[in-house]
Amino acid sequence: MTIEISNVTKHYGSFEALKDISLNIPKGELVALLGPSGSGKTTLLRMIAGLESIEEGTISFDGSDLTDKHVNQRDVGFVFQHYALFKHMTVFDNIAFGLNVRKKRLRPSKKEIEVKVNELLELVKLSGFAKRYPGQLSGGQRQRVALARALAVEPQMLLLDEPFGALDAKVRKELRSWLRKLHNEINVTSVFVTHDQEEALDVADRIVIMNNGKIEQIGTPSEVYDNPASPFVYDFLGNVNLFHGRLHKGKLNLGYAQFDAPDYLDAMDKNAVGYVRPYQLNIEREKKSVDAIATKVYFIHSIGPKWHIELKREDSDTYVEVELNKAEHAQLDLTVGEVVYVRPKEMKVFIPEDFVI
Amino acid sequence: MATDLVKNEGKHIHKPTAVKKETNWTKRVLITVMFLYLSIFLLVPLVYIFVKAFEQGSGVYFAAITNSDALDAIKLTLLVTLITVPLNTVFGIAAAWLITRFQFKGKQLLLSLIELPFAVSPVIAGLVLVLFFGPRGVMGPLFSELGIKILFSTPGIVIATMFVTLPFVARELIPVMQAQGKAEEEAAISLGASGWQMFVRVTLPNIKWGLLYGMILCNARAIGEFGAVSVISGRIRGMTNTMPLHVEILYNEYQFSAAFAVASLMSLLAILTLTIKAWIEWRAEKQQTA
Repeated sequence: MTIEISNVTKHYGSFEALKDISLNIPKGELVALLGPSGSGKTTLLRMIAGLESIEEGTISFDGSDLTDKHVNQRDVGFVFQHYALFKHMTVFDNIAFGLNVRKKRLRPSKKEIEVKVNELLELVKLSGFAKRYPGQLSGGQRQRVALARALAVEPQMLLLDEPFGALDAKVRKELRSWLRKLHNEINVTSVFVTHDQEEALDVADRIVIMNNGKIEQIGTPSEVYDNPASPFVYDFLGNVNLFHGRLHKGKLNLGYAQFDAPDYLDAMDKNAVGYVRPYQLNIEREKKSVDAIATKVYFIHSIGPKWHIELKREDSDTYVEVELNKAEHAQLDLTVGEVVYVRPKEMKVFIPEDFVI
Repeated sequence: MATDLVKNEGKHIHKPTAVKKETNWTKRVLITVMFLYLSIFLLVPLVYIFVKAFEQGSGVYFAAITNSDALDAIKLTLLVTLITVPLNTVFGIAAAWLITRFQFKGKQLLLSLIELPFAVSPVIAGLVLVLFFGPRGVMGPLFSELGIKILFSTPGIVIATMFVTLPFVARELIPVMQAQGKAEEEAAISLGASGWQMFVRVTLPNIKWGLLYGMILCNARAIGEFGAVSVISGRIRGMTNTMPLHVEILYNEYQFSAAFAVASLMSLLAILTLTIKAWIEWRAEKQQTA
């Protein structure tokens, strides 16, 4: 099912939660709504489900307008952040709930429901847990029951609110790849909300990055990661080093160093910021070119196979973070306190809009 | 090194036990004080009621609770309770639902209004109702024209009892439903349940112990209410006399054994109520840990 969201706006009192959001979600895609808390991502998800009313704009599924359709008529499977399993029901009854509440003529027979539930239990790898109560399950198991319960009604789309938020790191990773596989298997249009950029990059076909009730960028994981459309996206997707300077005729000037900024050939003496990810920086012992910045090694530590080098810039009080792999680190053999030069392999320059005043 | 460690351990063992003894001591004193206090003010008088009731033999006792005035009072009390408790249960659920599931202006005011009967003396509540439904009151002429008698009759007693017992169910449910949150209800709706299915299958099972508890308290108060009912009923024997009013009349007529006999019956009802309440609490706790 294709989901079309056009010009949707939502206020809570004087707070503008969503500002004129338009978004198309093609059939069968797994889409992540990614953003910090308060960015409006959960509100948008709840509006798609019909759990939140729409003030302005429309939401339609496959071309038919659903704006005023009640939640229980929308054919959506919603997985809640803290699972919202029915505590007083067994796993079996939880999963069967959506089928049991159907009108008599649409309700499958008892036998059919049993077959369906057992099938779903198999799918979420919880066969043998049918008689348990939610209180007797681990977080990961509860999450899978919640998913099976949502899938039982064969929804046209699956909406998941922070599906892995409450799980520990290892279980989260496992469930993540399991969800990805499951989506490939059943291929139902799915939207999930997350504030974890790694999760979004790892699982989603497409990522919608939200901030302050607006969409910052929509794209595949590699598009948004490699070509962030705004400083916010750059900042939000992973660590980044900022180099503040003056932009003039396609060059970003930072005191002794100068960088190419070919996108801004006709810029005349403007404040601008260069964005460079830690792995996009080289460390060199000598200043070979004009785009190298003198720094002093401040701190060296390793995270698994990666080495993080923190360096303090000689020309200011700011720090630069560089990520090296094992071989690079071994070859350089840096010592704390040593003066070296960092040189960006790539740099993306933005002129901050809110730099006025 | 090893010996040092042992020494240190030896030193430390003493301290925690000293602290523990202290708390034990406080605990014991508090337990003694509480039990003494409750015995003197509750348990001894309760036993005394039964002693007094049987003072003139079981013949007098059973005569006192089976004569027609007493039976009428018992019947009226049960009738009032049977009407009041279900109505206030429905009201309580509706109020708790409104307060915990919706955002609106005046919520705090509504909460205060629900608790008003706790703050107002029942006698004053009774007087207000008398003025309101009396011949010169706001609603009095209207009802007398319709031929409905409110004052000095059963409807008045029911209204007074409802007023006094209004907060019990709502007050029990509001914190329970607040803690519950609405996620499970939203889940039920998103799975296609209608509002009623959601209420019966998801909401009600989640609040059932709190609801029962509130109903029990409401029930106990409805049986025992004296002040407001006393003002509005007119105390007509065999007609508008409830059990507590009957006890007072007997007492004022120096029929002590009879008064205590009826009182003992009410006490038994109270003890039964408390037992059910304790059982409910025990069940609810068991279910929570399960």
